[in-house]
Amino acid sequence: MSRIHVATRINGDATEFLCAPEETLLDALRNRLGLTGSKEGCGTGDCGACSVVLNGRLVCSCLVLAAEAEGAEIETIEGMAEGESLHPLQRAFIDHAALQCGICTPGILIAARELLKRNPAPSDEEVRYWLAGNLCRCTGYDKIVRAVQAAAAEMREG
Amino acid sequence: MSFDEYHRREFRQVGRRVPRPDGVDKVTGRALYGADMTAPGMLWGAILRSPHAHARIRSIDVSEALKLDGVKAIVTGADFGEVEDESIRDIRDNCMARDKVLYDGHAVAALAASDPRVARKALKLIRVEYEVLPHVTELEDAMKPDAPVVQEGRVQETVPPGMSANVTSYCEFGHGDLEAGFAAADHIVEREFRTAATHQGYIEPHACLAAVTADGKADLWCCTQGQYMVRSVCAAIMGMEASQLRVTASEIGGGFGGKTTVFIEPVALMLSKKAGRPVKIVMSREEVFRATGPTVHSRSRIRIGMTRDGRITAAEARLYYSGGAFPCGTVEMGAQAAFACYDLQAVRSQGWNVLTNRPKEAAYRAPGAPVAIYAVESVVDELCQHFGLDPLEVRLKNAARKGTKSSYGPTFPDIGLVATLEAAKAHPHYAAPLGPNQGRGISCGFWFNFGGNTCVTLNINPDGTVSVTEGNPDIGGSRASISLMAAEELGIPYDRVRTIVADTASLGYNDVTDGSRVTFAVGLATIKAARAAIRVMCERAARIWGIDPEAVEWKDGAAVPAGPNAGKFPPMTLAEIAANSFRTGGPIAGHHEVNADGAGVSFGVHICDVEVDPETGATRVLRYTVFQDAGKAVHPDYVEGQMQGGAAQGIGWALNEEYIYGADGRLQNPGFLDYRVPVASDLPPIEPVILEIPNPGHPYGVRGVGETGIVPPLAAVSNAVSRATGVRMTELPLSPPRVLAAIRRSRATDGA
Repeated sequence: MSRIHVATRINGDATEFLCAPEETLLDALRNRLGLTGSKEGCGTGDCGACSVVLNGRLVCSCLVLAAEAEGAEIETIEGMAEGESLHPLQRAFIDHAALQCGICTPGILIAARELLKRNPAPSDEEVRYWLAGNLCRCTGYDKIVRAVQAAAAEMREG
Repeated sequence: MSFDEYHRREFRQVGRRVPRPDGVDKVTGRALYGADMTAPGMLWGAILRSPHAHARIRSIDVSEALKLDGVKAIVTGADFGEVEDESIRDIRDNCMARDKVLYDGHAVAALAASDPRVARKALKLIRVEYEVLPHVTELEDAMKPDAPVVQEGRVQETVPPGMSANVTSYCEFGHGDLEAGFAAADHIVEREFRTAATHQGYIEPHACLAAVTADGKADLWCCTQGQYMVRSVCAAIMGMEASQLRVTASEIGGGFGGKTTVFIEPVALMLSKKAGRPVKIVMSREEVFRATGPTVHSRSRIRIGMTRDGRITAAEARLYYSGGAFPCGTVEMGAQAAFACYDLQAVRSQGWNVLTNRPKEAAYRAPGAPVAIYAVESVVDELCQHFGLDPLEVRLKNAARKGTKSSYGPTFPDIGLVATLEAAKAHPHYAAPLGPNQGRGISCGFWFNFGGNTCVTLNINPDGTVSVTEGNPDIGGSRASISLMAAEELGIPYDRVRTIVADTASLGYNDVTDGSRVTFAVGLATIKAARAAIRVMCERAARIWGIDPEAVEWKDGAAVPAGPNAGKFPPMTLAEIAANSFRTGGPIAGHHEVNADGAGVSFGVHICDVEVDPETGATRVLRYTVFQDAGKAVHPDYVEGQMQGGAAQGIGWALNEEYIYGADGRLQNPGFLDYRVPVASDLPPIEPVILEIPNPGHPYGVRGVGETGIVPPLAAVSNAVSRATGVRMTELPLSPPRVLAAIRRSRATDGA
């Protein structure tokens, strides 16, 4: 089977890999690069567990071909903390118990960070609609919304 | 004094909202779930599934697939040996069909290849010749005398003669004189209800990595609610000794009961054994829907009589559940739970299990209870409407309390239902005004709660920290709760304790994480393990002080002389005793093994406000409040999380979620696009109100909290929709077309 060579930048690091033409970006991240923080919940773009940022755009990495990463800037959950310093959203999710099993958490954190970049002071309803593409089956979303708002408030002050 | 009994105490650690110990791993993507593990030389497994709901397998030709470069092993049902135990045989046959496929999605063959794409390609080269048989996917059709028989020879002796061979079991519970009870009623309501099958909908598909070595040993990594269950079942299916199979539970991405059995693990083990290399299998979401645990679909008939002042005089339930193509006992739990909330003189519940050509049912949060209690609470609500009585007052009047002989047998000790109802009555939500097309529904809920087999080892480390080793996967924050209880009992700060989840070779047997048992039973064992360690530490202090061990007691994290006669010594802290342990007899540990009893039943009450659009039949939940007795909330955040999460799942069950089968017997909606679980914008904030009525069977008063929360929403939502529309709803889910049709039928009747 033929392979495609891809040169890309992931969480700021120059990265190269070979992939099959039909391979998804999610599969390449997880199976070729060992970045298993992005999760596959559905493979059809319905659950958001694989959310990453591709050239500044929030995408489901299961719906992006790995070959499309050529020359791109990709941000995944593995790049969200700076060393030992957690992002305010990451801290807020722990402090507000906004995760139970945690499988949806990486995708929700990535999506929430993109929301706060665009809208630093969202209403609860705006948070709920922005995160409508990220399924969580454990929490009922209540503590997630609170955690996002707490992080947003901290980031506005900071 | 029994160690098991509850004694009032002031808590220093328990009840704090501390950060969970696995939090950082889970917000940074470092936590390893089922699909995140790899092994050197690993192959990728894939499973071929039946497109037919019911068919005899005439032949399977794997020769072409085997020729494909990279394919290393193929297994079919013929590779699996005989198993004595009937329930494990059913699990084996569900993992891989033998002579017949019993539902759309039933596994017929599996292979392992060097690359996932090769594996998928090879699947298409396997030739299966089927003799398609007539199928039946709906419970009511399956009960007809001439229905296709899903499995022959599965009818238990309890089933009355003359029923279809698909009716496999019958059960009955209750007490009192029903006839006299109904005769004493001022009004009787009898109604029939239907509920669709739903899926647990955990976001993490099943995944595992199996490695069988040439000397017959095996390691298995998988996402499961119980690694010891996986070991027992897989060892039996593989014909192995349990000691030779080590199972490690990964972090688990949700289970809700659906990961209390196995689907792919024996297949991966068999492939690994054949290929001589590690094999990983990860299910797709479509496979999860087609071949793993949905809940039952049900039909029920409820009859309740009431006096005009709101006293229930008699109550009767007939429940028909189908848990798919294999016999299942869920209807027994439904029949026992149906009337558990009420103090009744005359009550009877009967249950029948029915086979259909659908996937084998797996447990789903309070299995069996939600659909039974939905039907009962709907009829109670209708009676309240008939008499113009307040639905909370009526429930208070009839509520089970201490000393009530429950409908399923036991007499209740201290329980929290009355206090929970009182809390709901006093809450501002209950008095808030409603607008046009809005309705308010309430419902009670109940779950038994389990205890079960549990082992805990607690090590006092030389540096004065504590390691707790337990055997139940952390599905919603249990490591934090267990650490809190260990810290409480030892009298040390929470952050000095670390709790880890052991593999099956590192700790004795533990039952699966089910029945809301972990915080109760593992907590109990942790407290007792801590007490065992405390005894050792008191002995060590006594040795150092040269006094009798009986003259030393444990206080605030230190050994102290017990009374003035024991001698005058300053307190010796845990850390000091630990630091001296190598000179006083060696390492210090406590452990406890128990089959825990006394779990303490759990009750909840939910209030739900909805608005129904009369033009479209669409329902929006406006406000939702959950009241639940936690006994003692060890970590209130995660208790609230269980209450909120259960409510959200129940709202989904009530409004959107359903398994839809076509006339061809195939599942029509095996994906999150068409099987719609609630998303963030569907739900209002869900307010949790924790009640703490101590469980007399736990030293801290703890009751399980995981399951009760999914029970009330079905009726709370349905009662709210019924009151908003003025039409009694009797079928779930309350999807817009169904609600609209009910409104139109009612208008047509009113107009006539």
